[in-house]
Amino acid sequence: MSVPEGKPSDLLSSYDPGLYFDELFGSMDLPAEHTALIRQRLAALDFEELRRRAQDAERELYNLGITFIVYSDKDAVDRILPFDVIPRVISAPEWSHLEAGVKQRVAALNLFLHDIYHDQKILRDGIIPRELVEGNHNFRPQMIGLDVPFDTYIHIMGTDLVRDRHGTFRVLEDNGRVPSGVSYVVENRHMMQRVFPDLMQDIGIRPVDNYGHRLLDAMVEIAPQGVDDPQVVLLSPGTYNSAYFEHIFLAREMGVPLVEGRDLVVENDRVYMKTTNGLAPVHSIYRRLDDAFLDPQAFNPDSLLGVPGILEAYRKGNVALANAIGTGVADDKAVYCYVPRMIKYYLDQDPIIPNVDTRICREDDALQYTLDHLSELVVKPVGEAGGYGITIGPRASKAELEDCRAKLLADPANYISQPVVDLSVCPTVCDDAIEPRHVDLRPFAITGKSTWVLPGGLSRVALKKGTLIVNSSQGGGSKDTWVLEGGAA
Amino acid sequence: MNLLARYAECIFWMARYMERAENMARILDVHETFARDTRGATNWFSIVQLNADEKDFFSRHDRPTADAVVHYYMFDAQNQNSLLSMLRMARENARTLRPWISTEMWTQINVFHNKLLEMSVKDVAAQNLSKICTWIKEECQTHSGITEGTFYRDQGWYFYQMGKYIERADQTTRLLDIKYHTLLPSPLDVGSPLDASQWMTVLRSTAGYHAFRRVYPRGMSPATVAGFMLYNEGFPRSLVMCVRQIDGVLTRMRSRYEMRGGAAAMEQVDELLAALMSRPIDAVLRDGLHEYLDWIQLQLSRITTEIAQAFFGFQPPLAVQSQSQ
Repeated sequence: MSVPEGKPSDLLSSYDPGLYFDELFGSMDLPAEHTALIRQRLAALDFEELRRRAQDAERELYNLGITFIVYSDKDAVDRILPFDVIPRVISAPEWSHLEAGVKQRVAALNLFLHDIYHDQKILRDGIIPRELVEGNHNFRPQMIGLDVPFDTYIHIMGTDLVRDRHGTFRVLEDNGRVPSGVSYVVENRHMMQRVFPDLMQDIGIRPVDNYGHRLLDAMVEIAPQGVDDPQVVLLSPGTYNSAYFEHIFLAREMGVPLVEGRDLVVENDRVYMKTTNGLAPVHSIYRRLDDAFLDPQAFNPDSLLGVPGILEAYRKGNVALANAIGTGVADDKAVYCYVPRMIKYYLDQDPIIPNVDTRICREDDALQYTLDHLSELVVKPVGEAGGYGITIGPRASKAELEDCRAKLLADPANYISQPVVDLSVCPTVCDDAIEPRHVDLRPFAITGKSTWVLPGGLSRVALKKGTLIVNSSQGGGSKDTWVLEGGAA
Repeated sequence: MNLLARYAECIFWMARYMERAENMARILDVHETFARDTRGATNWFSIVQLNADEKDFFSRHDRPTADAVVHYYMFDAQNQNSLLSMLRMARENARTLRPWISTEMWTQINVFHNKLLEMSVKDVAAQNLSKICTWIKEECQTHSGITEGTFYRDQGWYFYQMGKYIERADQTTRLLDIKYHTLLPSPLDVGSPLDASQWMTVLRSTAGYHAFRRVYPRGMSPATVAGFMLYNEGFPRSLVMCVRQIDGVLTRMRSRYEMRGGAAAMEQVDELLAALMSRPIDAVLRDGLHEYLDWIQLQLSRITTEIAQAFFGFQPPLAVQSQSQ
């Protein structure tokens, strides 16, 4: 297959990814041969045609209500997650590497959670500072000594990966509480199938539409023993939650009721839902509610979203929760730094996907290094999600850097620092041309008895020129992610 | 499969709001005709009376002009009885129900609501009223068609039908009542050409004119028209037809799903049906149509309360006591 480079009329002929690794073209050292046919087809398209199809896709997303809610000062607005029609493509060997890496990470984090809520060997052996775990506000003493089915705590995991200038994938962050975004993976694929069947034809793309099925299997596996046909439900904070579409999507894909806290009651340490014909037992709950809101009797007493008494029902083993309570300590940004050592400690393996080099500012020399190199580093607060509170040194103003320095000195333990990762780019349809934009990747792993990874994941794209932050709350969009079928791999 | 009590309630109200929107469009359309034929703006006030919105309306408007009333019932987001509010409520319910209803049902309501919202920003003038009302009716009918063709037939379907027919029954009484409000107590007009044309418009607004003609080829009297709209057994918007549907749906649902609740609602429905069957139209007109319609509306509201008590989770029907506040 010849690569259609150099034809002056090509749609991609003036495309220049600069110094970054490009997901469609690869690099000089690692050219992306597996995308040749896709590039050829893309290059043959007319830009206006591409724009028109892209607009059709976005209108359809809006009409279908595949939206998230953005809250401003005054009101709540439905927004679609902007969708870019040029796919991000992963070869079969690349994927088997990533899949193995994600499984390894899930395994290590589950072993870690079991350990810290039981014997705490890793703390006693001094691999991870005790205060980092027990002093973490996501550490739940209620979980100490409690056994969960298959020792699985993180049933649904989203691992944020980035790809550096050399094409090496690295883990940027673990999401082991209530990771979201998987609905977009499936809906983006459906959208591509409607808008670009001609681009996909005969490529051999691994399907993503069995996610709900896999999730339901895991929810049934972890249900209390002795229940023949366990009732699974999805517990949502309600229609005003920004991820409500995803809750709908998953409930529908699993074919289970989408409940809110007010639909559930606990009687004699058993959970029931209110139906038209009275109370009906519930056995397994995929909860999209943080620990803090889950049970006003045990955690935040002001929460109106949760179910009073559910923690006790859980502790008695009468109901399963996914994810387990207390997983937040494993996806903490400070604990993240220790995951490679965790993998070594529990599995006696080297990490398959490395971390981004990270300094923990609670340690004196790391703090000093961070302060000395502030303008080169990314500084992140450990407790925040969604890209908030991040300072990107090379792009920050003097004032912003000074502000960051003051915050670091005031509360060093709240921060980590990392070098700026030159996130890989992917061709993206912009106003006047196809331009490179930075992307990341969040694969989703489901674990009941064993771990399964959805082929691909959510590719988020930073649509604003030059920006590295891909979060939807910060103006990011998404792309369909194609994992190619491979005979050899 | 169990149906969440909250879902049952949302389905019931989604159906009601869609049916109500269709009828509001019909009422506005009818009024445009009445306003043209008779005394200008004064007639618009009767819609406000009909919905008992006087207080709220006059807190924001001085006079019930055509523009003011049309805007109030089309696009006023603060008015719960505006089409925009109804569609918003229908959509909110549909949004909650998205795991339960078909994607096509949701998409149609979502797009319908979004278009109406766009129009409200432009605040389409009163001269387009008839066109917009036709469009709204068609969208509501599209909703009915999609629902008929795609809604899975389990418990939810029964609650949908109950909501729809209770609302339709209620709205038929309101449409008839317009005639009462518009005509005002002026016995001299009875039987005049104006009177006949108004009765005809009421029939047309329910798409019942041709059917009525088939049943009563000669002549048109208040008794035949009101009787047709209340008691006809073949007219899909007649009160009796709707109440019979409610009766059948409730009976079938309770037996098919072996449901414990709902006996009190059944009694209310049976009582209403018996009352309707025992009262000839002449007696109704003699004693006061308006009072009669009021009483029916009250009965329908009692049925709704009983359904809510029985099925929407307001009382835990099991012996176990819940800790709900």
